[in-house]
Amino acid sequence: MAQVVSEIKHHSTPQWGAKVLRQIAFYLVLLLVWHKLATSNLWSPGTFAGPLDVWGTLVERFQNGTLITAIAVSLRRLAIGYSISLVLGIILGLAIGLNRYFDETLGSLILGFQALPSVCWTPFALLWFGLSEQAMIFVVVMGALFSITLGVDAGIKNTPPVYIQAARNMGAHGIALAAQVILPAALPNIIVGLKQGWSFAWRSLMAAELIYITVSLGGLLENGRDFVDASLMFAVMLVIIVLGVLINSSIFGPLERIVRQRWGLQK
Amino acid sequence: MSQQIATTPQQFEYRGEDAQVLPAGKVTLHVENVSKTFVSKGRIVEALRPVDLKVAAGEFVCFLGPSGCGKSTLLSIIAGLQEPTTGRVWANGKQVKGPGTDRILLFQEAALFPWLDVQRNIEFGLRQAGIRARERAAIAHKFIETVHLKGFERSYVHQLSGGMRQRAAIARALAIDPAILLMDEPFGSLDAFTRDRLHTELESIWAETQKTILFVTHNVREAVALGDRVLVFAPRPGRIVREFRIDLPRPRSLEDHNLVDQSAEILQVLRSEMVANEEEENDGTGR
Repeated sequence: MAQVVSEIKHHSTPQWGAKVLRQIAFYLVLLLVWHKLATSNLWSPGTFAGPLDVWGTLVERFQNGTLITAIAVSLRRLAIGYSISLVLGIILGLAIGLNRYFDETLGSLILGFQALPSVCWTPFALLWFGLSEQAMIFVVVMGALFSITLGVDAGIKNTPPVYIQAARNMGAHGIALAAQVILPAALPNIIVGLKQGWSFAWRSLMAAELIYITVSLGGLLENGRDFVDASLMFAVMLVIIVLGVLINSSIFGPLERIVRQRWGLQK
Repeated sequence: MSQQIATTPQQFEYRGEDAQVLPAGKVTLHVENVSKTFVSKGRIVEALRPVDLKVAAGEFVCFLGPSGCGKSTLLSIIAGLQEPTTGRVWANGKQVKGPGTDRILLFQEAALFPWLDVQRNIEFGLRQAGIRARERAAIAHKFIETVHLKGFERSYVHQLSGGMRQRAAIARALAIDPAILLMDEPFGSLDAFTRDRLHTELESIWAETQKTILFVTHNVREAVALGDRVLVFAPRPGRIVREFRIDLPRPRSLEDHNLVDQSAEILQVLRSEMVANEEEENDGTGR
């Protein structure tokens, strides 16, 4: 096995290097084109910014702390809302996945809610919670909850029956069966739901922050529009992209890879 | 074809489907008038016609037949995972009402849990029984050695070959110490070499542990190589058509000419049943 792994690595290293070179070249050209566009005077002042201006704004905003505060506020909302969704989603998913009556009733309702873009909850959130943290967290919860619930449900329904049969045969039942067999067996699908839930939550949070202006990433972006500061808008958008990519590649990517490999779903 | 079979001399004992076989020794499993029918698309399907069977403690019984003959259904009923339409099953002096740790079922796909390593898989049943960690580990180690998986305690299922997975599944079953092992084509997806090795290993594990084993297979030679008795099943409707007692000395070799001869005999019986079955269906005189 070790031999096979080393062969693959040996074989793929030159290709990997070439790939990185092509990507670096692509982004260099992109920066150059961006710079040329920004210095071409096609836009009126403040409505477009070149890479140098954006870099300057990024450095300035990180140094005076406004971007760091904004990132902290938005990530905190995301973390709290997502944790609530996780707990509620697993409970709801277990209920729907394991009980026919919950499935027929609650299951269809959740499928319906899943079809509603969660940013549509923002007006109600503001109506119910006022201009507050709860309103933003509520939008995040609504963004992630149904994806996680449906992921857990799908995981339970797609569990190979032999796992349940084997476990019951070996004396597992009740909570032990659910916690030690049904939930772990459902993990590959649960992770798909977690990943989708996070991306929905992230998108709806950004949208909600554009409407409810506080010191946050969405708020800062809206600030940029108010002060016709394209450089700030580009900087915030870059930060949002980088955060999204980082969370995906540091949490959900590896999680999905490990689980898919261990469950024998990929080599 | 059927005439040819009729003239073949029987060199070993067989019994018709009506015969009640009483095994020597203590009866550990008693199947009484068990049948299974279900309704599919408005038609009644006879998955298994009524079966009577007694199995002695420590006996190795093979269920042999093509797919759809009810052999796995019978095994699953004995395991308590399916309810029979008629009849009852007694195992170890108690009537079967559901799955129990006195009868452990093994599957073709091994059904090891991919989220647990080999040792934790083997400890699974012990954990359900509330046995403490140190004792669990000791029992698991013992059976890891029995199935020659030492060094793979911390491996996960995706890192094991098909044969190693079946070994781990056998260890997981043995750790619970059931009186009866129910094996549903456990070696069906393995290559011939691995299967041969596992036959030898299973035979020695059986001799050592004195477990009662019911072994489902569609491989005639596998049945003859392993079984004290071979029950031959036929499909549509699923039923037992013949029963053979295999008195060849152990350990058995697949190359042994007696074993090859007996396999050929059983295969002929199976074929003639299938042919008779098809003719019946073509005549329309069947069901």
